[in-house]
Amino acid sequence: MRKHIAPTAVLWLVIGAAYFFIPLLATFLFSLRKASTGHCCSLAAYGTIVHNPEFWTTLRLSFQLSLEVIAISLILFVPTVYWVHLKLPRLRPVLAFFALIPFVVPPIVLVVGLLDFYKGTPQWYYGSPYGFLATAYVILAFPYMFFSLDAGFRAIDVHTLTEASQSLGASWPTTMFRVILPNIRVAALGGSFLALAIVMGEFTMASLAAFHTFPTFIQYINETQAYPAAAVSLMSFGITWAAMLALLFVGRGSRSRVQVAGAH
Amino acid sequence: MAYLELRELHRAFGPVVALKGINVELQQGEFLSLLGPSGCGKTTALRLVAGFDRPDAGEILVDGKDITRVSPSKRDMGMVFQAYSLFPNMTAAQNVEFGLKIRRHKRHDRRSRVPELLELVGLGDAGNRYPHQLSGGMQQRVALARALAIEPRVLLLDEPLSALDAKVRVQLREEIRRIQLELGITTLYVTHDQEEALAISDHVAVMYGGRIEQMGSPVEMYGTPATPFVAEFIGTMNRLEATVVDGGNGEVDHGGKILRVDAARGLPRGERVLVLVRPESLELERTDNGAAAAGGLAGEVLTHTFLGSTTRVKVIGDGVDLIADIPTSRIETLPVGASVVAKIPVEGVRLLSLAEQPAPASA
Amino acid sequence: MKLGRRRLSLAWLGAVPFFVYALFFLFIPAGNVIAGAFKDTKNQWTLSNIHELFQTQYLDAYRTSIEISVVTALIGGALGIAIAYAAIREGTPRWVRSGMTTFSGVAANFGGIPLAFAFIATLGSVGIATQFIHNVFGIDLYGPSVNFQIWTKTGIEVTYLYFQMPLMILVIAPAIDGLRREWREAASNLGASPWQYWRHVGLPILMPSILGAMILLFGNSFAAYATAYGLTAGAVPLVPIVIGNFYTGDVLSNPHLAQALAFGMFVVLAAMMVMYVPLQRRASRWAR
Repeated sequence: MRKHIAPTAVLWLVIGAAYFFIPLLATFLFSLRKASTGHCCSLAAYGTIVHNPEFWTTLRLSFQLSLEVIAISLILFVPTVYWVHLKLPRLRPVLAFFALIPFVVPPIVLVVGLLDFYKGTPQWYYGSPYGFLATAYVILAFPYMFFSLDAGFRAIDVHTLTEASQSLGASWPTTMFRVILPNIRVAALGGSFLALAIVMGEFTMASLAAFHTFPTFIQYINETQAYPAAAVSLMSFGITWAAMLALLFVGRGSRSRVQVAGAH
Repeated sequence: MAYLELRELHRAFGPVVALKGINVELQQGEFLSLLGPSGCGKTTALRLVAGFDRPDAGEILVDGKDITRVSPSKRDMGMVFQAYSLFPNMTAAQNVEFGLKIRRHKRHDRRSRVPELLELVGLGDAGNRYPHQLSGGMQQRVALARALAIEPRVLLLDEPLSALDAKVRVQLREEIRRIQLELGITTLYVTHDQEEALAISDHVAVMYGGRIEQMGSPVEMYGTPATPFVAEFIGTMNRLEATVVDGGNGEVDHGGKILRVDAARGLPRGERVLVLVRPESLELERTDNGAAAAGGLAGEVLTHTFLGSTTRVKVIGDGVDLIADIPTSRIETLPVGASVVAKIPVEGVRLLSLAEQPAPASA
Repeated sequence: MKLGRRRLSLAWLGAVPFFVYALFFLFIPAGNVIAGAFKDTKNQWTLSNIHELFQTQYLDAYRTSIEISVVTALIGGALGIAIAYAAIREGTPRWVRSGMTTFSGVAANFGGIPLAFAFIATLGSVGIATQFIHNVFGIDLYGPSVNFQIWTKTGIEVTYLYFQMPLMILVIAPAIDGLRREWREAASNLGASPWQYWRHVGLPILMPSILGAMILLFGNSFAAYATAYGLTAGAVPLVPIVIGNFYTGDVLSNPHLAQALAFGMFVVLAAMMVMYVPLQRRASRWAR
């Protein structure tokens, strides 16, 4: 029985911590460089970003997009997962399988198909991020939403709750809103924060479909202004960080915590 | 000279002292059970012997050699864990073979040993099955075979039957004892089940609060418990607190009633004692007038608990709370509610002095 | 509710909205890609797109993508296991484990353009680390002897590790948890050294999880677009980048070629999935 940490463990943990923090530290230091000298120290880079109106418009766009995606996802997935748990348990493995499909059809492949198939649709859909992009993002968010909600529903006894509610005279909507939803609140919030992180960070589809979201703004700065790029990258990281912390905070103590991740 | 010796073993985990200096001497081929409630230190002691933990003070000797600082993989002991210790990626046969493979026994030898061992534990044809395909009892048999394969100097068992069904437990404990006797292996067995310990051991050590309360043969432990805790822990016992009244005649006063007990002879007047009477030693006689005969305690039958050939009868009275085991054939003479007199036998009753020992809380 | 067959069909209705959505926004577009790969500009069925995939430039793209994915899966996987084990094993304080899980969750989601830039800021030609190494150790990363460049294949590999490692940690930690202490102790009791324990018991038990996780890492890297784009502005030929060039570049050629490339990706990823599922099943069996 070990009382103290193994020396090799310390080594690996230090390496891991270093690999994680050094790029962040470097970005931070980079963002403090003055454009004139190439050395420390100035907040001018941050100023450039914050005073750029594009920063605010794209940030707002991405944020509103996330809210829309979360809303559509919840409206679409919560009843479905509930229904499957309650009445169609044999469909659950099918849903779980669907949740793996985005692994085989990643954003780069999906966007190619979407751009071609929906080419003829009206401009208010095809040309609007709140139309085309939002509906695509719902699919991207699906696996994360599904695993969160599924874990949440598995942690409560759906049958007993529903039957108890109905035997007391409640209608379906009442059961749904006043009995079921409050009990999967944590899982739904968890999935929502994951969706938020995804939408705020998604570049591939937005870029290829020529929309101007926050990530595409970051890339534009990346290509044109070095030190402000560091500043805005750090801000973007801060947003992801905040979403993950919110996710952890919300999931504290709950049995239905889900962790998933992906590249971009 | 003892084969396995534990000398003043002491182990603390932060503020909690798990072992307060225990001493054990075990001859070769003997079977010792460490018996006690959760938290008494028995598992800690076993793990120290196995080498998974180091004592803060004290020594462990095997065949005269100090192995306290030897790593567990070099101690040549076989251990059977409580559960889940079989390697899931190997069949039963491969599990048993593992220790031999590590010791680089020739394949030819392994091929003959393994079936032998499986046969010994009664699993001759289950060699090719994986742990998840075996029942709990079968898994423990494989674990035993695996531990025996390396021909260990000492066999260690950590509550190996706790996770099994009652019937399987009884069956398997007999087999463990049979195999142990057949192979003559020095064995240290940890359990909280006193019936198990009494049934299969050469010696039993009752532990409490990190100390060995008493160590002796099963008969000794049952018949002559040395402390109130041991008396309470082993079997069921009626405990009567009393004060010596007449050391010459062996009379003690229990709650105002005088009882005659041989064991009280020679004790000074006023000494506080504990009178211990086993339920089977208590005689019940039906009375209809509630008068207490000399040497008897009056009360009423409260409940019957059917145990098969005997029935356990609870008797409650004024200052009286007793349990008596009566043959079931006689039970109709003592119905619930009947007035009875419980007779404490004069001889064969144990007496413990309450002078120094505070009675520990019931386990 | 009504009984028998009637009730069953009504229940199925509840799942319809989801399936309709999945049909229109997942399956049909995916089908579109698969079908489009086999069509030419006149909308006739053809194998010419597939044939063109085997031209050197596209074959190179696949080769580079696969190479980067294998490298980052193996290295990211190995590092991830080492770090996860270091944090979980006996002797390490509990807070280290929680911290590692938290940071891994964040790091695994930190990708794309910001990550690309973070590595440019670190290991770019005027990056903080580049300058530090030059000033303190006298080694010029961008000099002729080392010849490192962040906007190349190697640079991409180093950057991808940033989200590959945490992904491995997150996936393998539960499997490492599943290694019961009794197995370690039983092995030791039977005479095995730590190395022998890992070789005969620990690694074999972990292997299905490790392989499954590495497949996940491979797929993750293979499908990545934004990070590579951010690092190289599309210069290094990876399959996703080449596909992207059809949309962002001035390439006016056959759009069905993009679909063919995407179809190729789909084939590779589907092959990965086919290998992944049985491994997952095997891994969960031993967890019992």
